[in-house]
Amino acid sequence: MAFFQMKKMILAWTFRTPVTTKYPFEPRKICPGSRGRLDIKISDCIFCSLCAKRCPTQALDVDKVNKKWHIDRLRCISCGYCVEVCPKKCLHLTGDHGIPTVTKDMETF
Amino acid sequence: MGNRTIIPFGPQHPVLPEPIHIDLIVEDEKVVEAVPSIGFIHRGLEKLVEKKDFIEYVYVAERICGICSFIHGQTYCQGIEEIMKIEVPVRAKYLRTIWGELSRIHSHLLWAGLMADGFGFESLFMHSWRVREHVLDIIEATTGGRVIFGSCKVGGARRDIPPEQMRWLLSELEVIEKEMRLIADIFLNDNSVKHRLCGVGVISKEDAIVLGAVGPTLRGSGVADDMRLLKYAAFGDLDFQPISRPEGDSYSRCAVRCAELFQSVDLIRQAAAKIPEGDIAVKVTGNPDGEFFSRVEQPRGEVVYYIKGNGTKNLTRFRARTPTFANVPPLVKMLAGCELADVPVLVLTIDPCISCTER
Repeated sequence: MAFFQMKKMILAWTFRTPVTTKYPFEPRKICPGSRGRLDIKISDCIFCSLCAKRCPTQALDVDKVNKKWHIDRLRCISCGYCVEVCPKKCLHLTGDHGIPTVTKDMETF
Repeated sequence: MGNRTIIPFGPQHPVLPEPIHIDLIVEDEKVVEAVPSIGFIHRGLEKLVEKKDFIEYVYVAERICGICSFIHGQTYCQGIEEIMKIEVPVRAKYLRTIWGELSRIHSHLLWAGLMADGFGFESLFMHSWRVREHVLDIIEATTGGRVIFGSCKVGGARRDIPPEQMRWLLSELEVIEKEMRLIADIFLNDNSVKHRLCGVGVISKEDAIVLGAVGPTLRGSGVADDMRLLKYAAFGDLDFQPISRPEGDSYSRCAVRCAELFQSVDLIRQAAAKIPEGDIAVKVTGNPDGEFFSRVEQPRGEVVYYIKGNGTKNLTRFRARTPTFANVPPLVKMLAGCELADVPVLVLTIDPCISCTER
């Protein structure tokens, strides 16, 4: 029967620096393969609206007439389905998650 | 005989991460009967199959639960693949196995932390979750998401793990395994932890079978039953024997989960050694027409998906029987006759996941 089995671990961690980071002041380390914010290279886009048709959350809207591409950041779940179906490969997910938003506006490109 | 009183437990309670309500009928400090009720976070995800097509629904299936998200997606995909007679590439099956086992490790570590918190061992809680962060980092690097993996799709996998990343994964696993040994050692050998767990909430082998317990709750009562024995994904090629313990108390359920941590590490190593080269997905054409019961082992136990399609892109019926739902009757049995102070620990020994249960 062992008493206070954790003493070794507690002693070892007494002399180490914390594993947590001071998040808002210290930016988070971006993982290379992470699915973060959806980004578009608008110059390559042909406005085929395949991304908007396939988006599971209807976060995308493509205006074929005015050649505009809209995204509702609060609806986007960063699943990457649009990136897969894009015929011109002009969509990609960046590793970071962008800044928080306070309004429900559509972002236009 | 003391006075009978009803004490409400939950839906808001310090040990409960999710809302479940239990009416505890107590006599003095002893629980005589427990009456559970759920329904606080029903989201109607089963009905959503009528709105989303069967390919899109993978994203919804993954969001049924935040902890076993990948295995929900995998169960759904396996069901659809079975109906549509899609032959999934072997590499994709191995990848699914690796991610499934990683998700089991992170789920069990999460449970270990909650359990430690439940019996008042704050530092052990912090250390369990510190190790879990390592696992989440691996998951993020290989799939792109920390909690919602999003790497499983009908017909295979969405991402591949290249050989150099697999080597990095295995080297990280070695570090994680060492850390997990220290944590498992505390859970299994520390006197104060054993004092809270040994002989508490005993459920016999017969009761576990009759009440329909699944997963570690069933295996902790001496029944070596595990859906991975059905040899889905790559489990047919791997050396796998379910872990079980005969005692049936809280300590035995805890010990089963601790042993499964290392078993999962071993399974990932085996899968990484045997993974073949090749494609990771096949093209899916047509719509599902037929019905299938898909059964997969989640960290909490067996999950059953009933999927029925009629040849259109929307399914006609979808039903998920999740492990926590099956483990509620054994929990009620465990609670009858226990001390009031043991209730939080007993509720946590079934590893409740209420979001799953309510869908």
